[in-house]
Amino acid sequence: MNYQWNWGVFLQPSASGDDTYLGWMFAGFKMTIGLSLSAWVIALLLGALVGVLRTVPNKVLAGFATAYVEMFRNVPLLVQLFIWYFVLPELLPTSIGDAYKQTNPVMQQFLASMVCLGLFTSARVAEQVRAGINSLPRGQKNAGLALGFTLPQTYRFVMLPMAFRLVVPPLTSEFLNIFKNSAVCSTIGLLELAAQGRQLVDYTAQPFESFIAVTLSYIIINVTVMTLMHKFERRISVPGYIGGK
Amino acid sequence: MIKIANVSKHYGSFQVLTDCSTSVSKGEVIVVCGPSGSGKSTLIKCVNGLEPFQSGEITVDGTSVGDPKTNLSKLRARVGMVFQNFELFPHMSITENLAIAQVKVLGRKQDEAIDKGLKLLDRVGLKAQAHKFPGQLSGGQQQRVAIARALAMDPICMLFDEPTSALDPEMVNEVLDVMTELAKEGMTMMCVTHEMGFAKRVANRVIFMDQGRIVEDDSKEEFFANPRSERAQQFLAKILHH
Repeated sequence: MNYQWNWGVFLQPSASGDDTYLGWMFAGFKMTIGLSLSAWVIALLLGALVGVLRTVPNKVLAGFATAYVEMFRNVPLLVQLFIWYFVLPELLPTSIGDAYKQTNPVMQQFLASMVCLGLFTSARVAEQVRAGINSLPRGQKNAGLALGFTLPQTYRFVMLPMAFRLVVPPLTSEFLNIFKNSAVCSTIGLLELAAQGRQLVDYTAQPFESFIAVTLSYIIINVTVMTLMHKFERRISVPGYIGGK
Repeated sequence: MIKIANVSKHYGSFQVLTDCSTSVSKGEVIVVCGPSGSGKSTLIKCVNGLEPFQSGEITVDGTSVGDPKTNLSKLRARVGMVFQNFELFPHMSITENLAIAQVKVLGRKQDEAIDKGLKLLDRVGLKAQAHKFPGQLSGGQQQRVAIARALAMDPICMLFDEPTSALDPEMVNEVLDVMTELAKEGMTMMCVTHEMGFAKRVANRVIFMDQGRIVEDDSKEEFFANPRSERAQQFLAKILHH
């Protein structure tokens, strides 16, 4: 193999002239983090809500939640992204659609990506929240109700605090997934980490350095997430239970 | 206090309760016994509406449990219940377990609720454990906390659903002692239990159930001396000789 390694490439001024290639990578790094964290907020909030609804006795609410989960879970992420980015703006009322199309293209890409990743992941979060609730001893709900709590109070004070503790480990994997899945958004032109890596290859013809840098960046992000979540898990552990002090 | 009239319940085609009728007066202690699957736990859960039933009527202190207009949460707040598996809330300290429903359901002030909780904790002999978590207590201790938690709501009556069945034999008595004391103080109690010693000591009446029916409903003297049904005779013969 006749490859010319050149790690100095990152310090060269970029093709756009106002930055170095390292600057491009860093911009992609920030985009990946910004996108993934904002999508994660959506995923957690909606996922928790839908997961709870899947377990309630009301058949209409539970049915709606099931339909929601199945819809977002059974369509490939890439297809969902194309629908949000290319199809949906055409389906909006003309005035809103046109206003959307006139906003900054980077903002359009970011919004479509954030909503897409957020909703896709929310379906997965919902399944884990539901599993957490269903794995609680049945008597806990009865004990809450027997004390005079209403059903929402029983969820709020009795079931959810334990259910969320139980699902922190699987939620950590979803949190890691959202950073990895965000690479899909490079397909609609969003310049996140993977896209910046590709762009660097196009301009410098140094694919090894470029993708090694991309790989290391993802690893740094995810090792940080894992460490923080592990600390969080320890902090909320319940004395006298598995993982507790 | 509690009136159960012609209550029947089925899951699909499986009949769990058939035409059950009985009543518990104020201050009375009733023991409900019978073989497993006879419907005793289901019956006691119908009393505070944790299990719905299809026909018949149950009233507690004049309020109908089956009536869709009844505010069940309000009714349940006045009926204490103790479960086989204790069901303390594992993520809360013992003190929080005792106080939370007083605050959130009865609207008592936090300090007042903690005060009351600690007094009851002292009564069941566990004052020293107040700051611990349920997972750090033995089964018997957890069950005594669960009784204190129910009492903290100032219930008009108490339901016990096999309160000693999940306990190590050594711990059964500490829980039964608390229950006996409670009975002596005049609490209205309905207890599903296999503890015949407890029944003999404190029950006013014994109800014997089999296959979803109330087969015997007698004073304890009558029940233990000459049970009328063959099924109850067999049951007692098996359970009493150890």
